[in-house]
Amino acid sequence: MTELLATAHAALVRHGGPGHGLRFGLLIVVVLVVVAVVLIQRQRRKDRTTMEVASPTAVTGDGGTSVAVVGLAEPIPTGHYHFGDLLRAEWTKLRTVRSTGWTLLITVVLGLGISAIATAETRAHWASGPVGQHVGFDPTATSLIGIFVAQFAVGALGVLAMSSEYSSGTIRTTFSAAPNRLRVLLAKLVVFGVLAVVFAEVVSFASFFLGQALLTSPATHATLSSPGALRAVVGCGLFVAALGVLALGLATMMRFTAAALSTFVGILLIAPLIVQALPTSLSEEIRRFLPDRIGAAILTTTGPSPFAFSPWVGLGVLALYAVGVNVVGAVLLVRRDA
Amino acid sequence: MIEARGLTKHYGAKVAVDGLTFDVRPGAVTGFLGPNGSGKSTTMRMIMGLDAPTRGTVTVNGQRFSDLRWPLREVGALLEAKAFHPGRTARAHLTMLAQTNRLPARRVDDLLELVGLSAVADQRAGKFSLGMGQRLGIAAALLGDPGVLLFDEPVNGLDPDGIRWVRHLLRGLAAEGRTVFVSSHLMSEMSLTADEVVIIGRGRLIEQTTIGDLLARSAHQFVRVRSPQAASLAGALERDGATVTVEDDGSLSVRGLDGPAVGEVAASLGATLHELSPQSASLEEAFMELTDSSVDYRGATASTTTPTEAP
Repeated sequence: MTELLATAHAALVRHGGPGHGLRFGLLIVVVLVVVAVVLIQRQRRKDRTTMEVASPTAVTGDGGTSVAVVGLAEPIPTGHYHFGDLLRAEWTKLRTVRSTGWTLLITVVLGLGISAIATAETRAHWASGPVGQHVGFDPTATSLIGIFVAQFAVGALGVLAMSSEYSSGTIRTTFSAAPNRLRVLLAKLVVFGVLAVVFAEVVSFASFFLGQALLTSPATHATLSSPGALRAVVGCGLFVAALGVLALGLATMMRFTAAALSTFVGILLIAPLIVQALPTSLSEEIRRFLPDRIGAAILTTTGPSPFAFSPWVGLGVLALYAVGVNVVGAVLLVRRDA
Repeated sequence: MIEARGLTKHYGAKVAVDGLTFDVRPGAVTGFLGPNGSGKSTTMRMIMGLDAPTRGTVTVNGQRFSDLRWPLREVGALLEAKAFHPGRTARAHLTMLAQTNRLPARRVDDLLELVGLSAVADQRAGKFSLGMGQRLGIAAALLGDPGVLLFDEPVNGLDPDGIRWVRHLLRGLAAEGRTVFVSSHLMSEMSLTADEVVIIGRGRLIEQTTIGDLLARSAHQFVRVRSPQAASLAGALERDGATVTVEDDGSLSVRGLDGPAVGEVAASLGATLHELSPQSASLEEAFMELTDSSVDYRGATASTTTPTEAP
């Protein structure tokens, strides 16, 4: 992560300041932000209707016995509440809070916006600069830098999917309706996981196509059939989604939004800095286990690094982290008082 | 039906609930009374399977909560004032709950109507007043048309209209044959709502009884008498076994004889009566008396000044 941003930054600085390529990229970001603001304001207006409340209708007079609690008027179904019922409920939960829309929107803005900036800027300064500067240029990785940054937004969504239940007290309402906590957690993971994978893949592919479209001649660009390109695009979406699932597991363990979110950010940003302080021989061996190095290997199509797991192995390692954290979270969830 | 047997909960070294055994029967409002911090909420959370008992068991309709097949259809609970996501609308909150127990979507509209939140159903619940939040919680509790209902301090923060509404709702639910278990630290509120009471202090059961019985046994029950012949009347009453106290205003407080008996004694003396009124202690006083020894946190001033004031 940090090293990829450094690469991108170097690419920008190398050409002696922003040109019209950067301006074009910024324009895309601004347009996306404006669209976001307009959408949010429309929602606000809808919310701002008067808060007049009718008085409760259940009770008439002072009799005290004339409560009209309408019965269900249908027999209780056989069997018991099912995983499918919980999936539906978790999907409703996820789509009915605004933080979901926000974090997904930020994912799109960062994903497409930063990709557009990075690629357009590279294209704008292609001709200037020393000879041979484009040796090893990786058009695929350059176009995927945005979605890579957007991992923080997806992580925040994963954290909030669980921690907001604790911060609001909804968790006790949830368990009062469905006391099988493992089943609830599993339903939440499935719903969030599917959403994260689908969304991250869509943004990943969109970033790739947008970036490649901006890398017009004389710059070189990639297609999905270029070596490693499809793997990088698909892998990038899976990588971001896996981080989201890991973040949800952290929230299940810690219950507090701030604690889980800062741990998540710490793993991605602070851990590499700490490891870097170690002697090189040691730090390179450890860094291959860190998500940022794993992610960098997934994005890169210009050949494997000796200091990183190969892309699919790296993804497997990350998946193990996600599973491990969620298993610990599940154990705590079952054993702790809600 | 709720049955607690030896229910105990420790939080570290602190004993929150200590060997509680009680039954809550259907068709009545059972008040769950105790000072703040006496373990009422912990007990309710254990009934709902949210906190695991350290020892003992509690069952709902003969089953542990976690074994219920359709929890919302059997037990409804209002445990805290705002147990919903502030960004979610009232309708969305109820919808997701309904889905967990496969309840029909129109049930959500029915309940919103019942608690008077239809007009704000699509607004974010975070903007709700405390009273509106309570009503949303009540709607959630009633969603599955359950036979057993738990309410933890349901009238907290409500205005008089809201309090009256909750009171009638609880009585109505009990009249329909449901089990209604409602906690409060306000005896006066319970005296208007409950048929039976489970009283706890410091996590222990003080007693389970009916409101009427509690009142009848109160040591504060006495008959107030005013008479120009107070002195001779007092003597006659004491000869009949009563304890008579002369109050500062000259009235007599008679304990040990009821109103008619005092009247008979006065008549036999030919004493003129200006007042003959049976006084019952408020339930508040009865409650204070019962829990007096078990209040967890006593005001520092009260405990330090009392000894010096004692004669």
